[in-house]
Formats: sequence, structure tokens, C-alpha cells
Amino acid sequence: MEDTKKKEQPTTHKIGIYLWIWGLLFVLSFFSYMVDWFQFQGLLRWSLILIFMFLKAGLIMAFFMHLFWERYALVNVLLWPMTAIACFVGLMVAEFQYTVFTRLFYFFIGG
Amino acid sequence: MADPKIEGYEFKPGYKGMAADAGSDQTLFKGVHWGKAMMWIFLLSDTFIFSCFLISYMKGRGSTPVEWPNPSEVFALHVGGVPVPLLLIAIMTFVLITSSGTMALAVKYGYERNRKMCGWLILATALGGLTFVGMQAFEWSKLIHEGVRPWENPFGAKQFGSFFFMITGFHGTHVSIGVIFLCIYAYKTFAGHYDEGKRGWFTTMKGDYVEIEILGLYWHFVDLVWVFIFAFFYLW
Repeated sequence: MEDTKKKEQPTTHKIGIYLWIWGLLFVLSFFSYMVDWFQFQGLLRWSLILIFMFLKAGLIMAFFMHLFWERYALVNVLLWPMTAIACFVGLMVAEFQYTVFTRLFYFFIGG
Repeated sequence: MADPKIEGYEFKPGYKGMAADAGSDQTLFKGVHWGKAMMWIFLLSDTFIFSCFLISYMKGRGSTPVEWPNPSEVFALHVGGVPVPLLLIAIMTFVLITSSGTMALAVKYGYERNRKMCGWLILATALGGLTFVGMQAFEWSKLIHEGVRPWENPFGAKQFGSFFFMITGFHGTHVSIGVIFLCIYAYKTFAGHYDEGKRGWFTTMKGDYVEIEILGLYWHFVDLVWVFIFAFFYLW
């Protein structure tokens, strides 16, 4: 019984991994600030912003929120609903393109 | 990780464990503290709220024929007469990441039953959050002073103000609530409630260091949302 009691204690991780992730987050934040500092424009700017953003979000979720060590049932329950958000983003991109098209068309060209 | 309350239950890792979890009777995620599972569900719903804000911001910004204000000019700070773009926002980002790091360490020391270290790290996290809210108040008053309102602003598209106040305001509210709870949990940690298993104020549940992890999940989520706001609202 004593052995199983010990097993129930949640496992902790070495301090090194937290410090590494912490440092990486600082470096990535610095890089994403540099994107603005050097005034990159267009596709380069957007892709760099998105890459640094997803890397930071992934590191926080995987290691600070322990999802990397979490059971698959929980991970899947949390991550699959994100596809609904991705669909919503896609729908709204089509929507704003149509809205701005009709606004420009009727405001400036006239119906 | 055997659950002491459920006899004969043994957690299996990987997809086998997922199938066992999904097909198990009585409870899903056997052996997981209910508070932790519920915090995850709450964070999932909060994700949808912030997603709706950011998606409506995308739609508003994308569908206006008027030019959008340039955030790196609007949020620039003047240091010695020279405008430094996004300086305050960059400092706020670093402060929030620092507080996220101290929170992660607090969770680790909590599980190692290092009461003092855990308490001090939670207090450090609260201090970081307070600094963040303070800087946000400064940013808000600066913009309000410059004439930014939810219905108009001197820089460009009118929608800018309403999205700015709505999104950063909702995030700032989350940070403020987090700071309040961090202070409460710092007190409970120092008082040894989690070492003795003392019961909480509104619950008969015995105190345990898993509560620090649940608080940590909330705090990391606040940081996570800021990552997205920083990318989409300030940098884009």
C-alpha cells in the first residue's frame, strides 16, 4: 500500500526544463518585437508574426500548462474544438472580403 | 497514476489510455482532480470568447475602406524626444512572460511540498500581474487623453477604439481577477493550508497543492491570450 501511495504523487519535472522554456519565450518575444522594429512589411511580416506566435503559444501550452505530459484524452478534448475556431476564421475572411468589396463598389463606383 | 478512490483502476498512457478514458464508466479522466478538469473546460470556453473578439476585430479591420491606424505609431513612447515603437507593449509582454515563468516554478515547488518557495513565487507572480495592469492603466489613460474613444479616434478607422478597449479591457479584467486569486492562494500557501489538507471556504474539499496547478493553468492562459493579442492587435 505504501508503494502505491508514493505512485499517486504527481510527478514533477526538473527545474532546467522550465528555465529553458522561459528563456525561449523571452527570445521569441524579442524576435517578434524585432519584426516591428525593423518594419518588415507584407507577407514576410505576417508569416514571421504567425510563426513566433504559434511557437510561443505551443511552448506555453505544452510545458507550462503540462499538456506535453498530459493524458491524450484531455489533450484531444482541448485541441479538437480549435478546428471549429479555424473554420470560423475562414468563414469570416470570406465575409470581410465580400463586405469590403460591396462597400468600395457602392461607395465609390455607385450601384 | 492509480486513483486511490477507484479500485483496480490503472492509467495507461497513449491512445490506449485515451480509449480507456473515453470508454470508462462513471467518470471521464479518471484520477484527474475534478477542479483541474473543470478549469480546463472553463479555459476552453474562455478561448472561444477571446476567439470571437479577435475574429470580429479581424472582420472589422478587414471590411473598413478607411485606413487602419498604424499600431506601432499609436502605441509608441517618446524616450528623450525620440519615438520608440511599441515600447510599453514590449515591456508588458516581457513582464507577463516573467510572471508566467514564476508561476510555473511555483507549481513545481508546490508539488515538491516546498511551502515557502511556492508562496514567494506566487507572490512574485502577483507582483508581475499588478505591474502589467498598472502599465495597461497608463496605456489606456494615454490613449484616452489623445482622444481615442470607442466611437472615434484621431488616427484613422473609427472601429479601432472599440476593438482596442473591448479586447485589452477583457484581458486586463482577467489579469486583475488572477492577481486577486494569486494573493488569496499565496496566503493559503504560507498559512500551510495545502500541507495540512485544510478545507477551503466554500467547499468541503481538502486543500492540496493541485490547487496551485489549477491556479497556474488560469495564469498561463492569461499569458497565452496576450500572445495572440500582441500578435494580432499590436504587431499586425
